[in-house]
Amino acid sequence: MNATSLPMQNSIAAISEMSSAKLWRSYVLEVKYECLRALRAPAFSIPFLSLPIALYILFGVFLAGSMSHGNATLAKIMFVNWSVFGVMGPGMFGFGMFVASEREQGLTTLKRALPMPAGANLLAKMVMAVLFAAIVMMTLIVAALALGHPGLTLVQYGGISLVAIAGSLPFCAIGLFLGTHASAKSAPAFANLAYLPFMHLGGLFYPLPKSVQPLEFISPAFYLDKLCLRLVGVPNLDRLAGVVGPSAYGGPALCLAVLAGVTILFAALAIRRLARIG
Amino acid sequence: MNHECLAELVGVTKRFGNVVALEGFDLQVRPGEMLAVLGPNGAGKSTAISLLLGLRQPDAGSARLFGLPPLQVEARRRIGVMMQEVALAAELRVREHIELIGSYYPEPLATDEVLTRTNLTPLADRPYGKLSAGQKRLAQFASALCGRPSLLFLDEPTVGLDVQARTTMWATLRQLVRDGCSIVLTTHYLEEAEALADRVVVLAKGRTVASGTIGEMRALVSRKHVTCSTSLAPDLVAGWPGVQSVSRDRGRLEITTSDSDAVVKRLVNADSGLEGLEVRSAGLAEAFTELTQEVAS
Repeated sequence: MNATSLPMQNSIAAISEMSSAKLWRSYVLEVKYECLRALRAPAFSIPFLSLPIALYILFGVFLAGSMSHGNATLAKIMFVNWSVFGVMGPGMFGFGMFVASEREQGLTTLKRALPMPAGANLLAKMVMAVLFAAIVMMTLIVAALALGHPGLTLVQYGGISLVAIAGSLPFCAIGLFLGTHASAKSAPAFANLAYLPFMHLGGLFYPLPKSVQPLEFISPAFYLDKLCLRLVGVPNLDRLAGVVGPSAYGGPALCLAVLAGVTILFAALAIRRLARIG
Repeated sequence: MNHECLAELVGVTKRFGNVVALEGFDLQVRPGEMLAVLGPNGAGKSTAISLLLGLRQPDAGSARLFGLPPLQVEARRRIGVMMQEVALAAELRVREHIELIGSYYPEPLATDEVLTRTNLTPLADRPYGKLSAGQKRLAQFASALCGRPSLLFLDEPTVGLDVQARTTMWATLRQLVRDGCSIVLTTHYLEEAEALADRVVVLAKGRTVASGTIGEMRALVSRKHVTCSTSLAPDLVAGWPGVQSVSRDRGRLEITTSDSDAVVKRLVNADSGLEGLEVRSAGLAEAFTELTQEVAS
């Protein structure tokens, strides 16, 4: 280190103001480095960017295609369901793992002490999760177009992408809630404890029997799936299989209300905890 | 608010359940001073700093940063912070951390300038997670400096640094103070406080037990140490008035006394072959130990 002069501010009265351009730059850098950080973390980026497309091609295209003898409705359902699966992970694990480790390593506390712009850290994580969801959707659409699989129009692809990407927000909120309560080591385990039931109870992979269908209502994935399927005009797997039970109820308004409610509730609980204990 | 202070705690009380971390505690940080906050573990140092940084709220009393509540971001835009138990994001490079944290401030130093001043240029593009413990401390120090702060909070800044890095960091800190920056230093290395601080505040059990310059702290402990090479027996010297303890170490007699003048005269008279006579005042470490033991007892 060189012990040379640093030009310091001296006037106690001159409390610093930030221009809006500098404030904007600060938010942009926070987002940029959050995304870079996530992309450079192989334990996060590799599974959440590669698994959705790999599983969609394997199970959604080839396995479901051969078992249904090329059923066009099932092909569309598979695309939608694997899209929902793909946007769930980045939000839940991105927030869950990174927030928990930042809390444990004292980085959250340091950033609270520093003049970081309000909400920049959480906003950056949300943008990162949405960006990952967007990348997942792009890869799925490219795969679908390349394989000529579900026969959707470009407008339908766009609609599903927008709804699915926006639908990643409730999972971000749940991940944030987990990250503010769990330790860095336990956060992935707790995220899995929520992620796996959400996937399976969301009816993404197979039809559920009538007796189990009431459990679908606890999974945000179920509501997001319903919204996306409606854009394409196809039923969910339960109905396709002829298992008409409780899951048949609930229109788009209910789905939107539940997804918005989950987002607000878990985000509010998590932000309250962050404000109280960091 | 005292307008001569950059940061101030006034009559602050903070409890955690039944544990009183601070009680009626006052602290002032003046412009251009290096203030060392010392105390044994659990004395309330970290709580005091966290109140000044707005990380906690006092149960009673008030905290002010530049005359504003510490939660107000305008106040925090004039401080730099280096915490002890913090890990920056492992995936980001040193340069990226400095650029990001610098962006929180209105007039940050250029990233390359910060890297140069902290000797981190060769490590600028290395991910934080691949740095050694000492290099991580330097990267955190650089992040604390990058906002051109008027007040710097440093918690154990030299832990993990080798001797050369510690010496150069001390030189940088002295230069910062000469340039008008105030520094609040919490450290367990009393020699660090002794070497750097203009003023010391000693806490014990949530209260200030002493504050003043290093010289004033030393003066609180009246005893002195006399060492010499002599043929006199330790038992004989131990019986002299004012002598508190005597020991022999590698041929030299070490005498602790409250009246060094009288002891030195008597040594010279009693042993014509006396050699290597040294008289040393109690250091900050002894003052610290004595002050905090008084409170504990």
